[in-house]
Amino acid sequence: MTVSRSDVRPIRTEAEVVAARQAVRSWAVEMKFSLIDQTKLVTAASELARNALNYGGGGQMRMEILERSPRQGLRLTFEDQGPGIADVEQALRDGFTTGSGMGLGLGGSRRLVDEFEIHSAPGEGTRVTVVKWR
Amino acid sequence: MERIPILKMGRFLLVTIQVDMHDQLALALQDDLTSQIARTGARGVLIDISSLEIVDSFIGRVLANIASMSRILDAETVVVGMQPAVAITLVELGLSLPGVRTALNVERGMELLHASLRAAELEEYDGGGEEDDAFGGHDGLS
Amino acid sequence: MAQTAGSTVAEILGADPQALLDSWLQAQLSAPTARTDLITESELRQQSGEFLNLLRNAARGGSLDVQAPEWSQVRELLARVSRGRALQGFSPSETATFVLSLKQPLFARLRSGLAGDPERLMDAVWSATTLLDGLALYTTELFQQSREDVIYRQQQELLELSTPVVKLWEGVVAVPLIGTLDSARTQVVMENLLQRIVETGASMAIIDITGVPTVDTLVAQHLIKTVAAARLMGAECIISGIRPQIAQTIVHLGVELHGASTKATLADAIAMALRVTGWKVVRAEKR
Ligand SMILES: Nc1ncnc2c1ncn2[C@@H]1O[C@H](COP(=O)(O)OP(=O)(O)OP(=O)(O)O)[C@@H](O)[C@H]1O
Ligand SMILES: [Mg+2]
Repeated sequence: MTVSRSDVRPIRTEAEVVAARQAVRSWAVEMKFSLIDQTKLVTAASELARNALNYGGGGQMRMEILERSPRQGLRLTFEDQGPGIADVEQALRDGFTTGSGMGLGLGGSRRLVDEFEIHSAPGEGTRVTVVKWR
Repeated sequence: MERIPILKMGRFLLVTIQVDMHDQLALALQDDLTSQIARTGARGVLIDISSLEIVDSFIGRVLANIASMSRILDAETVVVGMQPAVAITLVELGLSLPGVRTALNVERGMELLHASLRAAELEEYDGGGEEDDAFGGHDGLS
Repeated sequence: MAQTAGSTVAEILGADPQALLDSWLQAQLSAPTARTDLITESELRQQSGEFLNLLRNAARGGSLDVQAPEWSQVRELLARVSRGRALQGFSPSETATFVLSLKQPLFARLRSGLAGDPERLMDAVWSATTLLDGLALYTTELFQQSREDVIYRQQQELLELSTPVVKLWEGVVAVPLIGTLDSARTQVVMENLLQRIVETGASMAIIDITGVPTVDTLVAQHLIKTVAAARLMGAECIISGIRPQIAQTIVHLGVELHGASTKATLADAIAMALRVTGWKVVRAEKR
C-alpha cells in the first residue's frame, strides 16, 4: 500500500473546520466516491475536526490518498495536543459527553467510515485516524 | 458578523440555508429565529435545507433546538428538503431528530404549517372553522 | 546487490531491443497458450514492444521492487493489458503468460552475456525471475479484479433490477421485496427508495415484504434506518406483509419499528397510503 498524495490542513478556528470538510469533499469527489460515501466521510470529518478544536484546543488534519491496487482509500488523521481522553471506551459510547453535545461525534463517525483508530491518553493529546475505501 | 437571512411570510418565518455554516453561524440563526418568533408572534417556521450537503451532530442539534424552542413560543417548525444522502448519513450517525417535523419541499412544508395552524386555531376558538381541502382532498365522489 | 542486478537486467534489455522483441514474440506465439483468435499479431507486437520499453526504463532506476513509484508506468500498462484480456475472454494463465514468456528469451541473453561470471549470472537470473514473477502475479491479481468488477457490476445491476421502486399513485411509491434479503441488497433498496421519493415527490412509501421468508437483525436494522431516513426527508413509510414469523423475530430482536406503520397486506397499505394522501377510492355504481 502506498500513499499517492497527501496534504495537511490546520484546524485552529471554526472557519478552518469548514475549510477542512470542504477539502475532504473535493478530494472525495475527485476520487469518485459515491454521493452517499462522500457525505458520510465529510460528516465524519466535521465531527472529528470539531472535537479537535473544541476539546483539543485546535490541531490539524492530514489527508492521504491510499493506493491498494485496485482500490483507493482516503485516510484522514486528526491530531491535537490537548488534554487527551482518559477513558476512550467511554468517550466512544453514544451519548457520552463532557461538553454540551449529544455524545454522537466519536461513535457516530466510527459508523460512517471503514476503518477507525483512536490514540489518546491524558496529557498526550488525541489522534483519530479514519479510512474510507472505494 | 454574517447572518442567515430570515424572511417573514404572513404568519410564518422562512429560512433557506445555502451556505456551509460554521458553528457560530448556526447558533446565531437559532438566536435570531427565537427572538423573531417572539417579536413577530409568528406561528410557524420553515427551514429549507435542500442545498445543505451535510448535517452533522451540531447542525442536527441546532435544528432540534429550534424546533423545541419555537414550540415553547407556540410556533411549529418544519424542516424541508433534506437530501437522501444527508438523511442516510444522519441516521447512521445516530440522529433521527424525533422532535422535528419534516416535509419533502417548501410547498409541502407550507401546507403542513397551514394545516397545523388551522388545527390549532380550531382548538383555540373551539369550532367554527370551515372544512377545507388544503391537502387536495378529492372527495365529492361519495 | 539488487542495485547491480537491476542494472544488469536493464543492460541486457537495452542491447539490441529489436531482436529481443522478436524472440519474445516468437516465444509467445508458439506457446500453447497463444490466443491468435483473440488478439492480432500486430496488436501483440505493439503491446510487447511498449512493455519492453517501459520495463527497461524502470529497471534502469536500479530498483526491482515492482511496487516502487518508478514502476508505475509498467504497472499501468499491465493493468491495461490484463483488463483488456479479462474482457476479451483470455484465461488467467493465458494472461500471465504474457509476462512469464519473457523469461526464456531473457535468460538466454543473460546466459550468453554473463557466461564468464557465474556469480553475477546467478544473481541476475534470480532477480529477473523475482521481477517477472512479481509482475505476473500482479497481472493475475488485476485480471482477477477485473473479473470481479464485472461480476460486481452485474450483481449491482441485478440488485437494482430485483428491487424496482414503483410509483403507485400520485404521492405514493412502493417497493415489493422478494426473496432473501442480505445487507447489501437492503442497502440498495434503501438508497433507491429514498432517491425515488425525491424524484416523484412522494410523501408515502410502502415497503412490502410479503415475499421475504426471513429477516435477520441486520436487515431489520436496515429497514428501520430506511424508515428513519425517509421520515427525515419528509416521507412516511408503511411496511406491509409482515409474516407472523417475522413479527416474532422483530419482537425477539427487541427492535422497534418506530415511526413506521405496519399493515398485514399490501392492499391494506395501499388503502392507508391513499387515505393519508387525501384520496378516496369508491366503487363505481353498477349499471
Ligand atoms: N480531541 C479530543 N480531545 C479531548 N477529548 C475529546 C476529544 N474528542 C472527544 N473528546 C471527549 O470525548 C467525548 C465524546 O466526544 P463526542 O464527539 O462523541 O461527543 P461530543 O463532542 O461531546 O458531542 P457531539 O459530538 O455529539 O456534539 C467528548 O465530550 C470529550 O470529552
Ligand atoms: Mg463531538
